[in-house]
Amino acid sequence: MPTFLREASLKRQTVLDLLFRNLTRLAAFMVLALLAAIIGSLIVGSLPAIREFGFGFLTSSEWNPVTDQYGALIPIVGTLITSGIALLIAIPVSFGIAIFLTELSPNWLRRPLGIAVELLAGIPSIIYGMWGLFIFAPLFADHVEPWLNDHIGPLPVLGPFFSGPPMGIGMLTAGIILAIMVIPFIASVMRDVFDVVPAMLKESAYGLGATTWEVMWNVVLPYTKIGVVGGIMLGLGRALGETMAVTFVIGNAHELHKSLLMPGNSISSALANEFTEAVGELYTSSLIELGLILFFITFVVLSLARFMLYKLAKGEGRGA
Amino acid sequence: MSAEQTISAPKLIVRDLNFYYGADRALKDINLVVPEKMVTAFIGPSGCGKSTLLRTFNRMYQLYPKQRATGEILLDGENLLDKRQDLNNLRAKIGMVFQKPTPFPMSIHDNIAFGVKLYENLSKHDMDERVEWALKKAALWNEVKDKLKQSGTGLSGGQQQRLCIARAIAVKPQVLLLDEPTSALDPISTAHIEKLIDELKKEFTIVIVTHNMQQAARVSDFTAYMYLGDLIEFGDTSTVFTNPKRKETEDYITGRFG
Repeated sequence: MPTFLREASLKRQTVLDLLFRNLTRLAAFMVLALLAAIIGSLIVGSLPAIREFGFGFLTSSEWNPVTDQYGALIPIVGTLITSGIALLIAIPVSFGIAIFLTELSPNWLRRPLGIAVELLAGIPSIIYGMWGLFIFAPLFADHVEPWLNDHIGPLPVLGPFFSGPPMGIGMLTAGIILAIMVIPFIASVMRDVFDVVPAMLKESAYGLGATTWEVMWNVVLPYTKIGVVGGIMLGLGRALGETMAVTFVIGNAHELHKSLLMPGNSISSALANEFTEAVGELYTSSLIELGLILFFITFVVLSLARFMLYKLAKGEGRGA
Repeated sequence: MSAEQTISAPKLIVRDLNFYYGADRALKDINLVVPEKMVTAFIGPSGCGKSTLLRTFNRMYQLYPKQRATGEILLDGENLLDKRQDLNNLRAKIGMVFQKPTPFPMSIHDNIAFGVKLYENLSKHDMDERVEWALKKAALWNEVKDKLKQSGTGLSGGQQQRLCIARAIAVKPQVLLLDEPTSALDPISTAHIEKLIDELKKEFTIVIVTHNMQQAARVSDFTAYMYLGDLIEFGDTSTVFTNPKRKETEDYITGRFG
């Protein structure tokens, strides 16, 4: 090939490469721009409420459209409590599912069970909501809540959290429904990361005489901790933002109760329920500020997860 | 090494051992005596069953469904394959080191302490002493004594493998199974490990699987040559290597086959 032709072709490639590089950069920066735009519009939208209520918005449990007084304490508490209950139930159950699927299950059962877990993740949240309201809540009210009232209710510290009229709907029900919804996510991530643990590493621990539990807890879990925390955060992210199913079963009452059996509200269900009827700038603005707070909570949770992983890595003594 | 010595102190006696992967018979009527405080090597081409045989000694195969063994393996007269035999106790008596280093994702100290904690409730002082003892036995102490709190995964490959040996002997087993322990290591680390094996046999009965015939010749007192699930020849290493009784063994050792 003559030199000038080769140069022309080289030049064309350089240009193409440059174009390609800038396109990928554009795509990456688009994400940042979108993020900034969403935060920006949330902040702008909630400015009237911020100006009116200041930090009091976070600590006030008043929510009264008639007098135009708004406070976010109840939905914030509701969101955190229902998500907390969900994780409290979902993490151990998912860990159990993942251990069974990777270590203990006979081969013929492994695939069908794995597929069932994944199918569970694919059920639309509105179905969980309907199921929760029409089937789970009545059963819960008839059979579980009276038991909780009788057996845990009288206890000194835990008691107040588990006493109250057995209505079926409420914070505890919402938390349990959320747990069912996030279990497939956490369990399938855990199973996937447990599956990639080298057989030889597990055999080394078994070879020392460790039991299945000791191998899972002391060797497999530390080996896969980044993936496991990632899976839990995925579940938590879903629990914090879940709207439909929670709206069905939480009761949507702007009330602050000590008892988990009583109805409450969460940020996302408050938004879903009230946006259509929000009249007046302050009402709308308060709802937008709720959205901003949810955004912030999610952000803090993710940062905490990062921080936790960093601490874990340090505790293990890496950086040799 | 004379044959009388073999008979005088047998540590492991294998009788009519058969092993199956599902329907495949991977070991065929194996009969063998592993003498105490000596090094016994299993050699043979890939797929001959040498690792399978080793893995019956601590019943590692039980982790996997469809794998089973019949026959007897006696450790000091007690049948290891007996269903009533407690697996965890068995594995406290028989330690194992694998083809690749497998440090646990924890500190060097905790790697060693992990196995000990399963059986003994030691005070911190006693545990520190045990860790030091095991690391010294594995000739690793001088290299890691200042960084016991650091992760075991940060060590070099050869150091990691010695850590795994230290971890295995920290439990004070009677038998040490080495499954191609140097196959992932460079020549210098390999030499380290071989020297270590020579030291360790003063206290432990060692069974080593190796695909490296020179290694078997260097480190072992007895050698078993296996082929396609059969034990072809077993005897003291110098005889097997210089004056094999069977034609197949000679072919393999001289490199005409395998």
